[in-house]
Amino acid sequence: MVSSSVTAPPPSDSVYDDTAVRLFAMAAIVWGVVGMLVGVFIAAELAWPDISLGVPWLSYGRIRPLHTNAVIFAFGGCALMATSYYVVQRTCQVRLFSRTLSLLHFWGYQAVIVLAAITLPLGITRGKEYAELEWPIALLLTVVWLIYAFVFFGTIGIRKVRHIYVANWFYGAFIIAVALLHVVNAATLPVSLWKSYSVYSGAQDAMVQWWYGHNAVGFFLTAGFLGMMYYFIPKQAERPIYSYRLSIVHFWALIFTYMWAGPHHLHYTALPDWVQSLGMVFSLVLLAPSWGGMINGIMTLSGAWHKLRDDPILKFLIVSLSFYGMATFEGPMMAIKTVNSLSHYTDWGIAHVHSGALGWVGMISMGSLYYLIPRMFGRKEMYSVKAISLHFWIATVGIVLYIASMWIAGVMEGLMWRSVNPDGTLTYSFVETVKATFPFYVVRLCGGLLYLAGMLVMAWNVARTATNGRYAPVRVPMAVAHA
Amino acid sequence: MESLYLLIPLSVLLVLALVAMFGWALFGGQFDDLEREGGRILLDDGPPLDTHQRVAEAATKE
Repeated sequence: MVSSSVTAPPPSDSVYDDTAVRLFAMAAIVWGVVGMLVGVFIAAELAWPDISLGVPWLSYGRIRPLHTNAVIFAFGGCALMATSYYVVQRTCQVRLFSRTLSLLHFWGYQAVIVLAAITLPLGITRGKEYAELEWPIALLLTVVWLIYAFVFFGTIGIRKVRHIYVANWFYGAFIIAVALLHVVNAATLPVSLWKSYSVYSGAQDAMVQWWYGHNAVGFFLTAGFLGMMYYFIPKQAERPIYSYRLSIVHFWALIFTYMWAGPHHLHYTALPDWVQSLGMVFSLVLLAPSWGGMINGIMTLSGAWHKLRDDPILKFLIVSLSFYGMATFEGPMMAIKTVNSLSHYTDWGIAHVHSGALGWVGMISMGSLYYLIPRMFGRKEMYSVKAISLHFWIATVGIVLYIASMWIAGVMEGLMWRSVNPDGTLTYSFVETVKATFPFYVVRLCGGLLYLAGMLVMAWNVARTATNGRYAPVRVPMAVAHA
Repeated sequence: MESLYLLIPLSVLLVLALVAMFGWALFGGQFDDLEREGGRILLDDGPPLDTHQRVAEAATKE
């Protein structure tokens, strides 16, 4: 099929429009390497604070948002955009709604990323976690996001298949929810070109921020990547999803219950007690749809478990779901107020976030990109399948080192902070707890280095695949039928 | 907690929009033949669409 379309190029409207897919996939690899490298650097800074050599734009406070923005929005975002444009065309059996707008979306999004990479180290920030970008960049992002929504939903609008595949529902929810969250949380009063103040203040601002922050986890880092999961796991396993019916239930249950989990980020603060309890209850409810989805994905291999032994791409995809299951169990537990009183503000939070980020988001993206990238260059598989396997094992060991060290450090910090002497004074000063975390910070750095090394293996493999392949247009089935 | 006067109505509106979307999907026939839809993505070319699944025909039928 592919080779015949190379020899006789079909008219352009009968092949999928994969230019934006290819560009976003390549960008995801580049930003993945950059974002993880910055992560390794700040991990080293936490162990040895002096290595920034007093250079202000290398200081932890400025570089840490660069790391989070680069891995979440640049790496994760580009991976979501590449796969969503790929999936929406294949499942709707139609070309992208607009090639020009999809390319405008790509370059606009890269402009936002580059502006973030310049302004954040310079200390230009709104100071809101995961929403640091100052108002001109936030405004540009809004425009770019609307273009993305226009292309994605436009493509669904002109679909040739009546049924909208479940992955598109997840991608669609991700696009709409992130737009809404961004607009509400970015409401700001500019005082100059690079300085603005939030229109909300105090506890109000904190509530809006974590309504945004946790829903960004829910709709950017969960719903979007579940879209990937529901397309690429069945494709790579060559089996339909375990229960398509359950996937529909998973979707509606998740989006109906997600919106009010945010207050669990503000336990024991000035937030009213009933709002905190509401956040805790909604967080606990989320366990059900999350595990339903995880089981649905993993059970897709039911009766074909042997595929997991030989196929490193499936290893990525299935292990990512086990981390999704772990993180979505741990999250509701940490949202319980009594557990939260121990875990909050400690490195346990860092462990939780990274089991979700490195394990779930990272591995599902890597697995999906390993499926997608060879097909973007007219190849059946990556240049080196052994390198995929190598990447899988390095990344897995890296994640285990990372989260185990941060779990231990976190529980230790929580116990040391709350420990009191018989006379009521604190047993430990704060600096003693910082000193006690040092060995765990070094182990975490090793875990991060391994994860980055795996990403470098992937970048090499992708470069070899791209240079040894060539662009082969893929026919749209319906168009072939009409021709 | 004035921010709740913004966030709660916003969430309620969103849930109403979701209910509308769900109603559209349910009564628009999105869930009519779930077993087949789950398997269809596996074939690169896709099995030929019958009149029920093809958008044009479905639209003229309604």
